[in-house]
Amino acid sequence: MATVTVAGGQGFYGDTPTAVDALLAEGVDYLCLEALAELTLAILQKDRQKDETRGFARDLPAYLARALPFVANGRTKVITNAGGINPAAATRAAAETARAMGITGIKIATVFGDDLLTRLDALEADGQAFAHLDTGAPRSSMPAPPLFAAAYLGARPIADALAQGADIVITGRVADASLFLAPLAYEHGWAWDDWDRLAAGILVGHLLECSGQSLGGNYSGDWWALPHPWDLPYPIARVDADGTAEIAKPASAGGRVSTDTLRHQLLYEVHDPTRYISPDVVADFTSAHFEDLPDDRVRITDVRGTPATPTYKVLFAYHAGWAGEIRVAFSWPDAYEKAKATAAILAKRVEMAGLDVAEWHIEYWGVDALGGPTVPRAADGGPASEPPECVLRVAWRCDDPKTAGLVGRELVPLTLSAPPAGLTGAGGGGGARGGTELLGIWPTLVDKALVDAQVRVTLEEVT
Amino acid sequence: MSTLPLRELCGYRAGDKGDIANVAIFADDEETYAVIVREVTAERVKAHFGAMVRGRVDRYEAANVRALNFVMHDALGGGGPRTLRADNLGKTLGGALVRMEIDVPDAMAGRRRPRPELGWADEILARLPQT
Repeated sequence: MATVTVAGGQGFYGDTPTAVDALLAEGVDYLCLEALAELTLAILQKDRQKDETRGFARDLPAYLARALPFVANGRTKVITNAGGINPAAATRAAAETARAMGITGIKIATVFGDDLLTRLDALEADGQAFAHLDTGAPRSSMPAPPLFAAAYLGARPIADALAQGADIVITGRVADASLFLAPLAYEHGWAWDDWDRLAAGILVGHLLECSGQSLGGNYSGDWWALPHPWDLPYPIARVDADGTAEIAKPASAGGRVSTDTLRHQLLYEVHDPTRYISPDVVADFTSAHFEDLPDDRVRITDVRGTPATPTYKVLFAYHAGWAGEIRVAFSWPDAYEKAKATAAILAKRVEMAGLDVAEWHIEYWGVDALGGPTVPRAADGGPASEPPECVLRVAWRCDDPKTAGLVGRELVPLTLSAPPAGLTGAGGGGGARGGTELLGIWPTLVDKALVDAQVRVTLEEVT
Repeated sequence: MSTLPLRELCGYRAGDKGDIANVAIFADDEETYAVIVREVTAERVKAHFGAMVRGRVDRYEAANVRALNFVMHDALGGGGPRTLRADNLGKTLGGALVRMEIDVPDAMAGRRRPRPELGWADEILARLPQT
């Protein structure tokens, strides 16, 4: 293929399936659906705890229902990490969706091997310490046992699946950008040590992995002037064999493609931009040259890469307690002071009730809930000017769900026995909420060779 | 020298990885980029965020897109699924950063980024049956 067209049809679990229609109508070669964030794995873990057949992104069938006609006629292939922590279940759901539409004969590949949870002891015996990636703390200091342990796999198993004739590839925790590199490397025959080409593919993947966020979503420029802000399109990349890429959008749609919209995404969730460490290559994002072209297109050239590291990133999650929260709105005058007094009264009542709270978090919305210490203050520490209204949000963490719920109940008597005119439940949906499970995140590394030995790709034809 | 908030000079975007937040700011021209490279140091950003960012702040330059990227450790109250903060992913930290006031040459003192024009929003909202 001279030029391969890939599209970013999903940026998170819960994104908008209708957005892929315009991409499919453009005739893309590969529709990539990126469904996983750190938070998503935690959500899927809670799903799987309740029901062993869950643990994948359950909006996958809704996406496939739109894409399958294009898959069946051979125009488009679909690659997704919607398998989450249960890719086998995702593949079953995908096959059922196809059969329900009367579509048979297509091939679905499933990539396994990212889930390390049941192998941790063996991996430790093989010398894997799983020290915390940011703090260096040993795994023995992790406060609770891991609930999931997902390695971020790269593009190669997906490329293998495509080589075997897969029309749809479903994976677990494959790194977001690698979903997009895989079809580019496969179609262009890029060698797995052609670092500049691989880096170009990873950069394209990074620009596409968050759907609308490269075409005006979360854009800090003149966001109000974007065409059709109620219907931002999702991105398309046309990539040549030499790695030259053109980022574009469906012709009829709103949004904008410019160097400015793209550079916002280029550094999103990035640390050292000269060393963007993907499983497949270390990409230097500062080497890329961006050129604005007419008609909402940007050409990207000159991307450089260096050899991949010998490790995969791994994410553990562990139980970290139970949270609850309340929100109460107060009006002028003295809205902030009423909010502050109510927080103190709540805390005092909780103390009197003998409830153990391990951590409190108090926010004054309309004053400094989001800006914190960056917001200018008066000399006494209060708001620099009197706010017309203020919403108090109090959140807490307890060791057990029952206590987390009881803490919120201490707010109830304050409805008629507190500083004046507090509206409980403002923005919170009915007052107190307790019993949300918190999960701690433990990023770490694992030797690639130990993981690769267990990676496998299965292929099944839908009959 | 004059002072100006970064909002008049830069675009911004924030992201999260675990308990690390990053905020990138983007200059529109080389002159502005030179100013923010000089003024917006990791130390200033660390001080600006105060108790919100408990760990160290690292700064990276991406001159090809006239950007500075600040990587802020121990910055999200434990990370997305663990934090008690409403902004659990630190999405709003970009706005919080461009509140910072910096020294600029007098010639740049009048810089002002355009403000939202929401005629289209007014039109939509005017059509709603509202009480």
